[in-house]
Amino acid sequence: MQPAQKIDKPPIPRETLLRLYREMVRLRTLDERMMTLQRQGRVGFYGAATGQEAATLASAIALEPSDWIFPALREGGAMLLRGFPLVPYLCQIFGNSGDETKGRQMPSHMASKSVNQVSWSSCIGTQLPQAVGAAMAARIKGDRTVIAAYLGDGATSEGDFHVAMNFAGVFKAPVVFICQNNHWAISVPTAKQTASESIAIKAQAYGFSGVKVDGNDAVAVYLAVKEAVDKARTGGGPSLIECETYRIGAHSSSDDPTRYRDEKEVEEWKKRDPLDLFRGRLQSWGMWRATDEDALRARVLEEVNAAIAEAEKKPDPARESLFDDVYAVMPWTLREQREEMLAAPAVPRPDAKNIAG
Amino acid sequence: MPAWNIIQAVNDALKIEMRRDPRVVVLGEDVGKFGGVFRATVGLIEEFGADRVIDTPLAEAGIIGAAIGMAMYGLRPVPEIQFSDFIFPAFDQIVNELAKLRYRSGGQYSAPVVIRTPVGGGIKGGHYHSQSPEALFIHTPGLQVVCPSNPYDAKGLLLSALRQDDPVIFMEPKRVYRAARGDVPEGDYTVPIGKASVARAGNGMTVLAWGAMFHEAEKAVAEFDAELIDLRTLWPLDIETIVQSVQKTGRCAIVQEAPRTGGFAAEIAALVQERCFPHLQAPIARITGWDVPFPYTLENDYLPLAPRISQKLRELADYEV
Ligand SMILES: Cc1ncc(C[n+]2csc(CCOP(=O)(O)OP(=O)(O)O)c2C)c(N)n1
Ligand SMILES: [Mg+2]
Repeated sequence: MQPAQKIDKPPIPRETLLRLYREMVRLRTLDERMMTLQRQGRVGFYGAATGQEAATLASAIALEPSDWIFPALREGGAMLLRGFPLVPYLCQIFGNSGDETKGRQMPSHMASKSVNQVSWSSCIGTQLPQAVGAAMAARIKGDRTVIAAYLGDGATSEGDFHVAMNFAGVFKAPVVFICQNNHWAISVPTAKQTASESIAIKAQAYGFSGVKVDGNDAVAVYLAVKEAVDKARTGGGPSLIECETYRIGAHSSSDDPTRYRDEKEVEEWKKRDPLDLFRGRLQSWGMWRATDEDALRARVLEEVNAAIAEAEKKPDPARESLFDDVYAVMPWTLREQREEMLAAPAVPRPDAKNIAG
Repeated sequence: MPAWNIIQAVNDALKIEMRRDPRVVVLGEDVGKFGGVFRATVGLIEEFGADRVIDTPLAEAGIIGAAIGMAMYGLRPVPEIQFSDFIFPAFDQIVNELAKLRYRSGGQYSAPVVIRTPVGGGIKGGHYHSQSPEALFIHTPGLQVVCPSNPYDAKGLLLSALRQDDPVIFMEPKRVYRAARGDVPEGDYTVPIGKASVARAGNGMTVLAWGAMFHEAEKAVAEFDAELIDLRTLWPLDIETIVQSVQKTGRCAIVQEAPRTGGFAAEIAALVQERCFPHLQAPIARITGWDVPFPYTLENDYLPLAPRISQKLRELADYEV
């Protein structure tokens, strides 16, 4: 592990830097609170981005609001950075009636058209060919939209990844693949996932460039993604950016990493905490003081707690909503089944339970 | 006899067969050092080594494709698909390759691959950790589909599956992975593929169920004079046991967790009415999941749980032509 490279002058506008740092702190706080609520049985499942805030948010902030994000498990926070309000975001996690996606998906699967962040399934890699298709469509329609396609290191093993990379190369699609190499896919280390010397190098085989950046260095991530996005926007085709980072926590609330990895490795990576690194940079540029930090932490915690209190109050989605949105027009089968369900005895919602996933 | 859960029973069956038959290998995501996300392969890599317990890259098509090649070359692979919702990247390998290998080679090649995969909902898993895709595989000629509801059958059926020469989709009902406990004999025994089990005798109606919903059906039949049959093997179906029962009771209900339309319950209903028409005193009842993606918050409204089954069985019992 290298120390982050020294940069004498801020290469990014001050406002962007400060906004990014605030969002990183907010995401860290949110993840910590959600993991606690999960342990208390108030949330069914959670996948945190702890340790990956720079890769998640410094990449997203390099996009324009009209650009689209095809996320994977850990990019929910990008929506918040793009202005999506916290309360409905939390309602998705609680799966209640305040959730725009109607309580149908597991937590950590939020999407909203309002911020151009599309819905992710849980199926690893499936979003990638879709992202390329959206990028092809943007080009065909003559739009200047760029598509950001996020994935984990594990996802690079799926066929969909290779299909997507190939299509992107062949069609010079305006897409930027952003791989969060956090060293683990549940219990499988990246070294067992691929025999390539890096993930970035895979882009070569598909005819476009891949770069590996220090994923815990927000500035490095931002600059690499910005360059790739600008290139895609001006007709230069796709790129792959590998952000080398580390999953500090468990894979998800269902996981116990002590069974398969050495805590010493985690401790080493904690020394390269992306928040600490970024704050160090801001301080060296005279943009941040200790008092700013205290004020921000307090404000963010208050904001998150207030939003939790508000979101958690909302009732469950209506039972009959189960049958909406399967089709644009409900067929007779579903109308009949809805009647049948409403005539059947209701069984209360189960307690939040652990699952593996 | 130890009282075990289904995970322990599966684990024990794998150990027994891996000790007995050096051709048996386990492969999949997180099955090695971690012992599987549901812990079904715990201890295997320590005992049998990394050549026989293989942590694969994250690629289901790779896992099943490689298993087919291994099987053709003489091994007995037991791939694990972490959740049956993630079997679809391997659908091509299963439906077009695995299922048809014997037939298309004129019987020269076979692929004795036993695909273990947790199925079903009720664990707050949402759309992609909850599905019950059995009908897709039953519909595919060449595949056998097994779904035990308890540890005894899980162990015995898995040992049978590992000792015959055709592919098996071995579905493990994860909602009752730990909750369904029962006595399991130590050591070797088998439960035959293709045999249902009459879990409770009765005369007023026949109730057919399998997997996690068997336990819901079991709660629901308590107040009826019902014969409850645990199918255990879905395909090939034990039609004889079913027909015998329905000819006696004249009424039949089928409980299925998967969505209704095109589900296995529909096939069973067709088979039963073809064979039992003169005996039937009521339309065959299907108590199923709805034709919607498996939901997160409203999963108890989706699932055919005991109260809904009871209500339907009451209607079935009271039905007069
Ligand atoms: C197709 C598919 N197979 C398996 C899984 C189970 N699973 C969920 S996350 C995961 C590992 C993902 O690793 P990676 O892509 O590196 O993302 P990370 O979790 O590290 O962010 C696995 C195997 C899944 N969700 N989808
Ligand atoms: Mg990873």
